[in-house]
Amino acid sequence: MSKTLIQNGYYGNYGGSFVPDDVQKVLEKIAEEFAKVKDDPAFNEELNFYLKEYAGRETPLYFAKNLTEKLGGAKIYLKREDLNHTGSHKLNNVLGQILLAKRMGAKRIIAETGAGQHGVATATAAAMFGMECTIYMGAKDTKRQALNVFRMELLGAKVVAVDKGNGLLKEAVDEAFLDLVKNHDNTFYLLGSAVGPTPYPEIVEHFQSVISRESRAQHLEKEGKLPTAVVAAVGGGSNAAGAFSHYINDENVRLIGVEPAGAATLTKGSPGILHGFKSYVLQDEEGNLLETNSIAAGLDYPGVGPLHAYLHETGRGEYVTVTNEEVLEAFQVLSRTEGIIPALESSHAVAHTLKLAPTLSPEDTIIVNISGRGDKDVQQVFELLKNQ
Amino acid sequence: MSRIKEAILETNLQGHKAFIPYIMAGDGGLETLKPTILKLQELGVTAIEVGIPFTDPVADGPTIEEAGRRALAKGTTLRKVLETLATFADEVAIPLVAMTYLNPILAYGIDDFAKDAYKAGIRGVIIPDMPLEESELVHPSLQAAGIDLVQLVSLTSTPGRIEKLTKASEGFIYAVTVNGITGARSSFEGNLEDHFKTIQSYTDTPVLAGFGISTPEHVKQFGSFTSGVIVGSKIVDCLTKGDWETIENLVKASKAVPLA
Repeated sequence: MSKTLIQNGYYGNYGGSFVPDDVQKVLEKIAEEFAKVKDDPAFNEELNFYLKEYAGRETPLYFAKNLTEKLGGAKIYLKREDLNHTGSHKLNNVLGQILLAKRMGAKRIIAETGAGQHGVATATAAAMFGMECTIYMGAKDTKRQALNVFRMELLGAKVVAVDKGNGLLKEAVDEAFLDLVKNHDNTFYLLGSAVGPTPYPEIVEHFQSVISRESRAQHLEKEGKLPTAVVAAVGGGSNAAGAFSHYINDENVRLIGVEPAGAATLTKGSPGILHGFKSYVLQDEEGNLLETNSIAAGLDYPGVGPLHAYLHETGRGEYVTVTNEEVLEAFQVLSRTEGIIPALESSHAVAHTLKLAPTLSPEDTIIVNISGRGDKDVQQVFELLKNQ
Repeated sequence: MSRIKEAILETNLQGHKAFIPYIMAGDGGLETLKPTILKLQELGVTAIEVGIPFTDPVADGPTIEEAGRRALAKGTTLRKVLETLATFADEVAIPLVAMTYLNPILAYGIDDFAKDAYKAGIRGVIIPDMPLEESELVHPSLQAAGIDLVQLVSLTSTPGRIEKLTKASEGFIYAVTVNGITGARSSFEGNLEDHFKTIQSYTDTPVLAGFGISTPEHVKQFGSFTSGVIVGSKIVDCLTKGDWETIENLVKASKAVPLA
């Protein structure tokens, strides 16, 4: 894990905590407790138990032979986070944070969700640990991810559709923070991406870093060397933070983050402050946030985690964009070649890999983080393809 | 002395409590800014808090958030607000306090913002998403321009924290009366008088109560143990409806509170 990168809540110039005073107090408590547990053997033993027995880790590093042959060039490995219980990488972070919440004596969990994957994972863990759960979701997202809303409700969570503003992830985050401000006495805000004020980006990176811890060991075992590149989709950036974390100090491993062209925060944004942290933000010249547009609800966010802002600025990470059309194509290509339907979010990483792999040689290897499965997106893609 | 502090103390010396209404600049169009400010001045308010609309207003309740959205939809920006205010600054005798978030100020450029804000009659700034620890980002520029940086003290702040915030606060101390966000409320919890006395014990800078104050009774209740009050959501609501009578009654209530 890239803990050496974080100093006083900042990754280089990015991160920090820009929140009203009463929220700051709550965050400090969380930071304190997190510092106590993250290297605590008893805590980690409990977390590892749930990761193994409940989430189904470790996830395979699957050699995508058919896709590799189809594209020519680099060997492609898929890190199968889609095989986690609840269908995405989100559960890694949720299990970590809910154990933290339990230690802090919280009775109620709140969370925000875009595509619904984080909401489903949170509702799942809250059900298992017997905690009250409220999920905030943009009204527009509740429509395009109706099945996930039903899943959350089935799991006993209350889903609040936020119809303010554009009714997207940003508005859901706003509402969750308001709830935290009002109810912090008994409530833990289980933030789903590597964004938000300190200590959330570090907490999320820490709990997601299990992805690269495993993939690094798995790749070394299979190939006897480190991969040429690791490719992951970036919205807020939690799956990419986890997929990159243990490679950050391996300077020869290329870390490639793939953003949606319509929400390309790092590629088209500039430094600013959003949701309590400093990072790259899609904003106009007056500092107001711009609307985003991505086929993947989970990436439809005008900010990005501070780790990625730092990796971008220092050149350690490469950040590229793909269009909605390329994503849709990648969604189908992986389904047909490997029998794996990736989430639209993960399809961003696949879409860039389709371009990258042929430019590399057969000695090169690429790890593509398949952050989630595409079941939730099948209906949406069906509608899109029908109208083409 | 700070212009804002001076205005509050003058009001108190006249036997009244300070009354600061909050307005959302650009709600109803920027052309309403001048008549609204001049009329509030005529009613005898102590200062005016001018809200700048922002796309991500984390501390605002529904009323102010909606007003902000309406203002943004009409093309209101920080730059346009300051330009508009500057056109009639010589007609405004009371100090204005800008309430905005950090990102618009950073995008504007802190030095330019401070200079332009001063020209527009702004004598204080409230930035709810800027913690005290980060205030060095903006404080030197504001200080150089002669603008106060007002700190918010929350109900849940510990005594140590209250002391730090009150000592750092310039112009006045914005003491929040409720847990959470802005918005009119029917009642308040707990023994707030003691809380306000604790805040006042650390400083001679006036302490004003804000958040949730919406009736003449609230104004009198909080006025009885503070230097004055800030009324936001209710004023925004009244301005939307054109209900000046209610605003006038709120201002009058601040003049009917006997000094402690």
